[in-house]
Amino acid sequence: MLRFSCPVCGLRDETEFTYGGDATVRRPAMEETAMQPWIDHVFMRDNPRGAHREYWQHDQGCRQWLVVERNTLTHAIGAVTLAREAV
Amino acid sequence: MAGSRLDRAARIDRHRPLSFTFEGRSIPGFEGDTLSSALLASGQMLVGRSFKYHRPRGIMAAGVEDPNALLSQGTGGGTTPNVLATVTEAAAGAVTRAQNAWPWLDHDIGAVNGLLSRFLGAGFYYKTFIGPFAGTRFWMACEHVIRNAAGMGRGTTLPDPDRYEKLNAHCDVLVIGAGPAGLSAALDAGRKGLDVLLVEQDFALGGGLLSEGAGGAADDWLQGTLSALRALPNVRILTRTTAFGAYDGDVWALVEATPDKATRQRYWLVRTGQAVMATGALERPLVFAGNDLPGVMLAGAVRRYLNRHAVLCGRAVVLCTNNDSAYATALDLVAAGAQVTLCDLRRDIPDALKRRATGAGVTLRLGHGILAASGRKMVQAATIAPMGTDGRATGTGTRVPCDLIAVSGGWAPTLHLWSQRFGKPVHAPGIDGFVPGPDRTGFASVGAAAGNFTPLDATDPEADFDARRAPLAVHILTDSRGNTPGKAFVDFQHDVKLADIDQAHLEGFVSVEHLKRYTTSGMATDQGKTSNLNALSRLAALRGAPVPQVGTTTFRPPFTPVTIGALVGQEHGHHFRPTRLSPLHDRHARAGAVMTEAGPWMRPWYYPQPGEDLRAASLREAAHVRQDVGIVDVSTLGKIAVQGPDAAEFLNRVYVNGFKTLAVGRLRYGVMLRDDGIVLDDGAVARLGEHDYFMTTTTANAAKVLSRAEFLLQTDWRDLRCHVTTVTDRWAAIAVAGPRSRALLSTLCTGADLSAQALPNNHFTPVDLAGVSCRLHRMSYSGELAYEVYIPAPQAGVVWDALQAAGARPYGTEAMGILRIEKGHVAGAELDGRTTLRDLGMAGFASTKKPFAGSVLAQRPVLTDPERQTLVGLRVQGETGAKPGALLFARGGDARGHGEGWVSSTTYSPALGCNIALAFLARGMTRAGETVRVVSPVDGLDLLAEVVSPHFLDPEGNRQNA
Repeated sequence: MLRFSCPVCGLRDETEFTYGGDATVRRPAMEETAMQPWIDHVFMRDNPRGAHREYWQHDQGCRQWLVVERNTLTHAIGAVTLAREAV
Repeated sequence: MAGSRLDRAARIDRHRPLSFTFEGRSIPGFEGDTLSSALLASGQMLVGRSFKYHRPRGIMAAGVEDPNALLSQGTGGGTTPNVLATVTEAAAGAVTRAQNAWPWLDHDIGAVNGLLSRFLGAGFYYKTFIGPFAGTRFWMACEHVIRNAAGMGRGTTLPDPDRYEKLNAHCDVLVIGAGPAGLSAALDAGRKGLDVLLVEQDFALGGGLLSEGAGGAADDWLQGTLSALRALPNVRILTRTTAFGAYDGDVWALVEATPDKATRQRYWLVRTGQAVMATGALERPLVFAGNDLPGVMLAGAVRRYLNRHAVLCGRAVVLCTNNDSAYATALDLVAAGAQVTLCDLRRDIPDALKRRATGAGVTLRLGHGILAASGRKMVQAATIAPMGTDGRATGTGTRVPCDLIAVSGGWAPTLHLWSQRFGKPVHAPGIDGFVPGPDRTGFASVGAAAGNFTPLDATDPEADFDARRAPLAVHILTDSRGNTPGKAFVDFQHDVKLADIDQAHLEGFVSVEHLKRYTTSGMATDQGKTSNLNALSRLAALRGAPVPQVGTTTFRPPFTPVTIGALVGQEHGHHFRPTRLSPLHDRHARAGAVMTEAGPWMRPWYYPQPGEDLRAASLREAAHVRQDVGIVDVSTLGKIAVQGPDAAEFLNRVYVNGFKTLAVGRLRYGVMLRDDGIVLDDGAVARLGEHDYFMTTTTANAAKVLSRAEFLLQTDWRDLRCHVTTVTDRWAAIAVAGPRSRALLSTLCTGADLSAQALPNNHFTPVDLAGVSCRLHRMSYSGELAYEVYIPAPQAGVVWDALQAAGARPYGTEAMGILRIEKGHVAGAELDGRTTLRDLGMAGFASTKKPFAGSVLAQRPVLTDPERQTLVGLRVQGETGAKPGALLFARGGDARGHGEGWVSSTTYSPALGCNIALAFLARGMTRAGETVRVVSPVDGLDLLAEVVSPHFLDPEGNRQNA
């Protein structure tokens, strides 16, 4: 089981969180009407080996969406930041 | 005669005798015995039949690695198969039986499989059932017989009468294994003041020390260390507890077999700062002809039974070893009165060792090995022969009568937990095996588990033999041509022979992972604890490659089998997941409502009157709403407060329809899409104030919609000044529906004008209802003149009672379903994650003046294909009615394949007096008036139905707008 240091609640079990997908993709602007950027946003994902950034929501805790640095190879968890503060 | 109990010092309590039964035979024992030690003391070496060939098998080891000693224990619902006798405490009154034996242990008909072994070898699963017999009918007939004979023990289908617990724990240091290394580590950490959890799978502490002579230096050290540990309040010690899983995040899974009867097992989930793996090492067997005969045991186990339980496993013993450790067994056996012939595969050993053995009376045969074990159901002789360092005989064999063969092929660190966590272990030539990789942050390996066989000073028996000396890397003993004169087993539990490994290699299975799966070596309940290394070294020899290059398979949890009940704990039946109850639940219960599950919620399904079933009650309730007025509890709807200066912008983005024009005091039905253009949810939004909106969602999607809103507002739309808060549990909600609803509410409400002019459809107003401040939304799901009353949850009962007292009759979800199908409203069955707005006939809802989430991808060609199956209504002919999931076919055509559509919701319509359904049909409403076939092979249904508008009742909306 993974454990994350929630910036609000502290170190908590993975079972309190819900995975929310790749945190490196950016949503197209609302005004974007071309189909390809939306297809890329919704369907296209890299599957990196090693360092990765993912969204997790602490939905059984503070309900904040977090950006978690996770190594997909070792499961080592790096920095955990509030999504609203993530760059 | 094989085993017997000696009158010598041991770690059993002779003042506490007990007895249990094995195959109906009473087996005496003492407290401190395992099932296996008591069985051996009673001369019961044969304990089961093997998995595939039903060969007689005996106790081989004294710990978790034993592949043979699997028994069934208990009776009725308490029957547990595959109880490992070597680790199970002998308990008074226990009832145990052998497995895989039919009709009985001594005479097993399945042993005939041995004669068919040509068909049951490596990969027989893949090969046997093809040819040479025409077709597969012959093998299908065989399947029945094979399945009856196959499997490990028999589970019970009766409910488990035992109770299990789950608990969470934290510690600074988790020490796994209470041998000398683990005890030392625990004491060290304990003295530093750390919170220590020491776990030991055995019921006694001491690990390898329990194999040393009782009452000697080992016991002195053990007692001293244990009293020091027990004096430390910060050290917790758990016996009968196996650490079976090592997981990411320094989380460990343990299972504790509790000695008390109230709870059978306890599943611990432990989070620790530091783990110390002190799990010791397992002895490797040797591979030779007949090595699976009862009476062939591991040398270390023989010594353990002798010193721990005072059980002498045999009186005429042939030992065979490739390392020093078996000398300790030999010396202890001689001292206990046994005759010992020791075959050492090594030619050269230190003189001191030689003198020690021969001086004690051991018959030493250097450069010798065992070519074959022989006997019927029991070892009667060993054929020993001079052997080269390649394990091949260099001379003729000599038959040595014996009743016990004890073997040692060296020791393999028990590194399973390390490998579970970090993957492939590292090859260590010094011990001819694998060791854990270097320590990691939070994980250390110590003692024999780390490949460090140095005895602790306090426990060092004698310096003459040295466990640190590298063993001779020979484990497979053959004749001069490399053949075994008889079946030689590698994996005892899965009956994998040396010949199976050879055959798999011949067929091209040269990867260790393929070999494992093809031969099933290492895939039984023991997970190859005694077989993996021997299979691997054989494969390496066949490939002519060094062992490290061939590699190992990866260990995965659990280390030893875990009862599923322990993982489940109390989370079954009603407690499988939490149940959510509406604030009106007690009212429903008192009214005799039959409840139904809706996700985690319990909702009233129908309120039967005497003699009514579901259909009668729900039709009555629905008809009453159409004619008079009914109330239904809709508190389960998701309710979200959407607040902030940009709340309107946020709503405008997530809903397909426009929300910027929604005035304060108005409410609007809205539909939202997923980003891929599929409909996500629908609901209503009331604008309570300038920056204050109240959103409802469906019961099913409440959590999903909230989480998505939070996601968007915290990530890509974080510039929006808007906040969402769930208020689901703060508000109860009651729908009041029916032509008399306004009249009824008007008598109860004060503070508002409810007239059609003052409160038209899609408006809301604060009201005082029976003294409770509520909000009255005028909107309709049933198609009738209807309202939703939103009530602060604690006052819900007051309002419900007042509505009922004024004449409204409660209706349940079934009647609600009837009403909404008649009206053509979509619900969960239609919003199934595959349908678009267009599919639902709601394309007109989507604004063309603004972008919204999903607006672009909803235009994908596949989603706008005119051939798509879109929503229609069906008037079903006949009395039966359709079934959800039934398929639609053209009237004249064949009812084959997936059809042209499917039925989503069905009901008998009391308003229309016929069976109706909502369905999705290719080309949808362009086929209005056509008659189609409604076919459900599983229900035996083949009906005709007319395609009509899904808005069966009052399509103009006159009733709801009245």
